[in-house]
Amino acid sequence: MELFWYVVVISMLTIYMLLDGYDFGAGIVHLFFAKKEEDKKAITKAIGPFWDANEVWLIAGGGVLFFAFPVLYASSFSGFYLPLIMILWLLMFRGIGLELRGLIKHSMWYAIWDKAFGIASLLLALFFGIAVGNIVRGVNMGHVVNGVSTYEPHYFVLPLWNPTLNPLAESLGVIDWFTLLIGLIGVVALTIHGANWIIYKTNSTINEQLKRIVFRLTIVLTVLALVSLSSWFLVIPHLFENYFAHPIFWIFPLISLTGLIGLFRIKTFKKDGTGFVFSSLFLAGGLASTALSIFPNFLPSTNTINPSLSIYNAAAAHYGLSVGLIWFPIGVVFIALYFILQYRIFKGKMDDGDYGEH
Amino acid sequence: MEDMIFYDRMQFAFTITFHYLFPQLTMGLSLIIVYFKGKYLLKHDQKYNDAAKFWMKIFALNFMMGVVTGIPMEFQFGTNWAKFSELTGGIIGQTLAMEGTFSFFLESSFLGLFLFGEKLIGQKLHFLTGLLVFIGSWASGWFIIATNAWMQHPVGYEILENGKFVLTNFGALFSNPWLVPAYLHNQSASLVTASFVVAAIGAFYLLNKNHLEQGRIFIKTGIAFGLVSSLLVAFPTGDWSAKNVVKFQPITFAAMEGIFDTEKGGSEIILVGQPDMELLKLDNKIAVPNVLSFLTYQNFTTEIKGLKEFDVSKWPKNIPGLYYSYHIMVGLGTILIGLMALAAFFLWRNYLEKSKWILWAIMFASPFPYIANLAGWYTAEMGRQPWLVYNLLATDHGASPNVSAGNTLFTLLGFVGMYVLLGLLFLLLLGRIVYKGPETTKK
Ligand code: HDD
Ligand code: HEM
Ligand code: HEM
Repeated sequence: MELFWYVVVISMLTIYMLLDGYDFGAGIVHLFFAKKEEDKKAITKAIGPFWDANEVWLIAGGGVLFFAFPVLYASSFSGFYLPLIMILWLLMFRGIGLELRGLIKHSMWYAIWDKAFGIASLLLALFFGIAVGNIVRGVNMGHVVNGVSTYEPHYFVLPLWNPTLNPLAESLGVIDWFTLLIGLIGVVALTIHGANWIIYKTNSTINEQLKRIVFRLTIVLTVLALVSLSSWFLVIPHLFENYFAHPIFWIFPLISLTGLIGLFRIKTFKKDGTGFVFSSLFLAGGLASTALSIFPNFLPSTNTINPSLSIYNAAAAHYGLSVGLIWFPIGVVFIALYFILQYRIFKGKMDDGDYGEH
Repeated sequence: MEDMIFYDRMQFAFTITFHYLFPQLTMGLSLIIVYFKGKYLLKHDQKYNDAAKFWMKIFALNFMMGVVTGIPMEFQFGTNWAKFSELTGGIIGQTLAMEGTFSFFLESSFLGLFLFGEKLIGQKLHFLTGLLVFIGSWASGWFIIATNAWMQHPVGYEILENGKFVLTNFGALFSNPWLVPAYLHNQSASLVTASFVVAAIGAFYLLNKNHLEQGRIFIKTGIAFGLVSSLLVAFPTGDWSAKNVVKFQPITFAAMEGIFDTEKGGSEIILVGQPDMELLKLDNKIAVPNVLSFLTYQNFTTEIKGLKEFDVSKWPKNIPGLYYSYHIMVGLGTILIGLMALAAFFLWRNYLEKSKWILWAIMFASPFPYIANLAGWYTAEMGRQPWLVYNLLATDHGASPNVSAGNTLFTLLGFVGMYVLLGLLFLLLLGRIVYKGPETTKK
């Protein structure tokens, strides 16, 4: 039962990253590479009808997390207090940036909201990467100082950074060189993902340029991935333990690798959507591999006094979880229906439609 | 610790107050837009489609604000009220997760189609997407109120030794006697807001002598919906909610009605007066004898327990605040009913456009439903204090143990800054839409 909800939560958050990830990526492309007004317009059109529904995956994923693993929800949301509230603010800026842009036709108005949308997207990609980094690195559960817990065993608190930026330090911070590295990977990977989405959904003049950019960024991404993998061993020495215990887990790193290799061939693809498929594979495989490397833990503890939060000690009671088994699948059927409908109606290139531009 | 709880509470109160400015309009307005769309489909009269189009613009702006300010609400349970989330997550997590699964996906998927897909999908489907957005937003309200109803009147739970609440009966969450009256009352109230806004903008155009055709539609529709909904708000839904409060939270009831002493032979209803917490009495009161007993128990002489009958430690913390909120809500409710009844009478006699003063009155009354709605929520929430979960979990025990007061103050200030900016932008953009006015398609 806990296992089922674990899969649900991880899948919902992964879907969130795949979907809202292309919005962030598009925002970053918009910020750095889109110079002409028509390209900017094309980009906002390509995500206009989708971003809100994409964001719901985060809200609903958070809701399911709350329902199935209340201890984890309480512990991590309060422990990562400041960064989370900042993510909220950024999400708000991203949303209003997209929605308000078209409401007044004036170049200064455009300029403000373009920047709000672009910068918020960039920072969000960075923050989500950093969040992943924090989860694999673990936190000081119970806030143990000199062998004594300051809080109940499943609470912690993290400052934004620690003075040494060292992930192995005794007093941790949200930002250190390891989480920052994962954050950078997040930015690069999502930029690629967003560029692929733009190539897929628009006829903008920058598409050819974007393909070259994707190619170059893929090289950067590969280098970063290799660096992070080796530093990963430093931070979490028994990275592969789970994989040797359950060989079937190897599927996910392989999926991710397939995605990465595919991305190198970006310039040769006949169909505009192929690149997007590969970057999705890379992201989904990568996120799943990361989650599985700490399975069955959700949030590891860096001290030996208090246990990690795992899918077992963070879960809600059985009766509640089993009632969820009845309503949740019904909800999923509906969600799938809406999703198919939405993407069918807004299929193909979006530049010429008079929707999506608000 | 004290400071921390205080900032947590201020942050919650501030962010929810701001959030609720928007859904109360969108929930009601979505119904009115569906009505315009439906009328257009039936009568093939273009002007109703134009009306729908105009209100969709205002809807879109409010909806966007609702979404943007709603996300922090969901997160705050975890960030600021971690202990509460940990202990009750198995229960309120159900309703909140159901809200995400069933209503947010529905709303957000069809909103885009509804707002921008009219040409793409044709009129009938467009009506249908409108209907789905309406259902989604009302479902959203349903799950939220179910959550709140459980906090006001917990049902279907068991408390374990470690203090955790576990769900024992899922059905009870939705057959909670607090839920249906609260939901119907709240939804009628949101329809009051929407009707007044529609009528007020109609009045604005009529007084301004532009967009006359649309102005007339707005004012008629606004008055029709407004009269019905403001009556519904008082009776049966408001009355029913009050009976629930007497039954399940008698101390709250005494405090919000301002009754300090139990009166033999029936309680008076207080119309005006200021609670004096030193002497425990009302100053300058104007009251009608025995009416409260009648309203509550349909019997003029039934006794209602005054505050002094209860242990002081169980009293709501902010009795004057509670008392004023309640009286503001009920007082404004009475004014709104009166105004709508008058307007409906004038409309029926065809005097409305000639009697400028009533158009002015409708225009100036449009903030009242907002105030009444917030006052109603303040009544409910302050009445629940000092509990998070009534009688079971104290507010002081629900906050995040590990977040310092400095951090909460910082984020509170951040939210204030951000929302002031959002509010200004909202007003600017709303003003532009209203100023530009509805576009009319020539037949
Ligand atoms: C336009 C808004 C509006 C108006 C005119 C009224 N209400 Fe109201 N009232 C609300 C908007 C509202 C609300 C905001 O929607 C509340 C808060 C919680 C809820 O479910 O509805 C509410 C709650 C609420 C409660 C519950 C308080 C608690 O939980 O402690 C009672 C007893 C009433 N109302 C009674 C009335 C009566 C007798 C009215 C007579 C005119 C009235 N309301 C008018
Ligand atoms: C628009 C509707 C609402 C308004 C205007 C509102 C208003 C308030 C106010 C003013 C407070 C502070 C009370 C005090 O400290 O005296 C508060 C607290 C709170 N409310 Fe609400 N509320 C609303 C809806 C809800 C809903 C739907 C829920 C639950 C799902 C909820 C949960 C809480 C919680 C957790 C607190 C914090 C603890 C506390 O101080 O009581 N509120 N609300
Ligand atoms: C603690 C209380 C609340 C929480 C956690 C909350 C949460 C949210 C969230 C996350 C959204 C954005 C959904 C999206 O992205 O589509 C939202 C919007 C919305 N909320 Fe709230 N909300 C609260 C209070 C209320 C109340 C009291 C009502 C009304 C009864 C309400 C009704 C709505 C509606 C109808 C929307 C859709 C957007 C709109 O119509 O403006 N919410 N809320």
